[in-house]
Amino acid sequence: MQFKPRQWFQTFFLTEMLRGMQLTGRYLFARKITVQYPEERAPQSPRFRGLHALRRYPNGEERCIACKLCEAVCPALAITIESEQRDDGTRRTTRYDIDLSKCIFCGLCEESCPVDSIVESRVFDYHGETRPDLIYTKDMLLANGDRLEAELATDRESDSRYR
Amino acid sequence: MHIQALQDSSWWPVLWSVLKILAVVVPLLLAVAYLTLAERKVIGYIQVRLGPNRVGFKGSLQPIADAIKLLFKEIIIPSSANRFLFLAAPVLAFVPAMLVWAAIPFGPGMAISDMNAGLLYVLAIAGLGVYGIIVAGWASNSKYAFLGAMRAAAQLVAYEIAMGFALVGVLMVAQTLDLSKIVEAQAGGGFWSWYWLPLFPFFLVYFISGVAETNRAPFDVAEGESEIVAGFHVEYSGMAFALFFLAEYANMIFVSILTAILFLGGWYPPVNLPPFTWIPGTGWLIAKTAFLLFVFLWIRATFPRYRYDQIMRLGWKVFIPVTIAWIVVIGIALETPLRVLLR
Repeated sequence: MQFKPRQWFQTFFLTEMLRGMQLTGRYLFARKITVQYPEERAPQSPRFRGLHALRRYPNGEERCIACKLCEAVCPALAITIESEQRDDGTRRTTRYDIDLSKCIFCGLCEESCPVDSIVESRVFDYHGETRPDLIYTKDMLLANGDRLEAELATDRESDSRYR
Repeated sequence: MHIQALQDSSWWPVLWSVLKILAVVVPLLLAVAYLTLAERKVIGYIQVRLGPNRVGFKGSLQPIADAIKLLFKEIIIPSSANRFLFLAAPVLAFVPAMLVWAAIPFGPGMAISDMNAGLLYVLAIAGLGVYGIIVAGWASNSKYAFLGAMRAAAQLVAYEIAMGFALVGVLMVAQTLDLSKIVEAQAGGGFWSWYWLPLFPFFLVYFISGVAETNRAPFDVAEGESEIVAGFHVEYSGMAFALFFLAEYANMIFVSILTAILFLGGWYPPVNLPPFTWIPGTGWLIAKTAFLLFVFLWIRATFPRYRYDQIMRLGWKVFIPVTIAWIVVIGIALETPLRVLLR
């Protein structure tokens, strides 16, 4: 083996190790990128796909016409719909359940909906303590829609050019 | 008056020893607790994270929360484990980690036991610590634990020798095994009269061997999360696990304080001038120890784990030859006029 004084010097004085430690030492003082979650939140896109909601028209009529396209397209079979004719002759759902423990948040239900009824909101921090808690019924979804309508409407509006 | 009566009683020597032990062990365990927080904070900061900051002010109560959690956890004993040894192993690891502190001088004459063969005692007791690890790995009756224990044993043998040789260099120059006298031999000027300069190879070898002895990254193959889960302590939970943890961190502090004593002039200030001499000696010793502990954490945050054969190569084929060669150099230098450089 050839004797290389320079390499020996570097080996014995751990110069490469010290260079590595210099780098990590600089990062010790770097600005931290942690997002302090409950107080701070990372920015979201208007296309964010989170908790589902069923929307209404401005006059209070529910949008859903029970066409069952969302039920058909759902790849996780998370949606269950039952429907009947209402007294005024329109077809409406009597049951609209989404099992959020099955849902994969692909957004196909929202894309398939001809009347923009089922949508995915920006809410991602909901929870259920038992499995039945995660089955959202029609009433719960409509309540979500009523609560979040302002945000849902502006998000659909800002994305309308691309749809 | 009462104190005088107490001091005259035959109980006084025992009571005085207990007081001295408490005065060392209580701050030590607190230091261990906060070293775990410091580790998570330093590594977090180096990884551009914040580290724990929720419990108490900026996470200052995190170690206490961790301790309470561990106290209340169940200690699970695997059905195929050797019950007696499984429970004895954490104690075997913890007790030597505490025992070594008996000989550490925290200032002039400030040791639980100012023994004249302190260095030898410290080396002997520190070597015992690995029995806890080996016994834990064996008694768990689990593949990963067993592998971790075997790795720890082989690693300890390799690095104990290099460490021993590095200490031989120190005692050749200091001409004593008494830790206090070793520190006093480094008195005189400032940091340039400490042993790290004439014994630079020993300083590096000792500190790196110390990192290896305490099974810290990058020599943590005995734990090796990514390869053998948690190594020797996979099967441990609750306080039994916490004892291993305490032992590891107490050993880290021990290696750091011993490095400070042997190579960084113990309780002497770096420059013998007024602003530096105002701080009491123990303060300097603690500051040096804290700096070396920071280096421990810094190293852990910087380097990836050594491959097992590389650890063996470094121990047997680099450290041992280097230390033997430098012992010869020191031995020759002590017999020539060059000895003024070492004294």
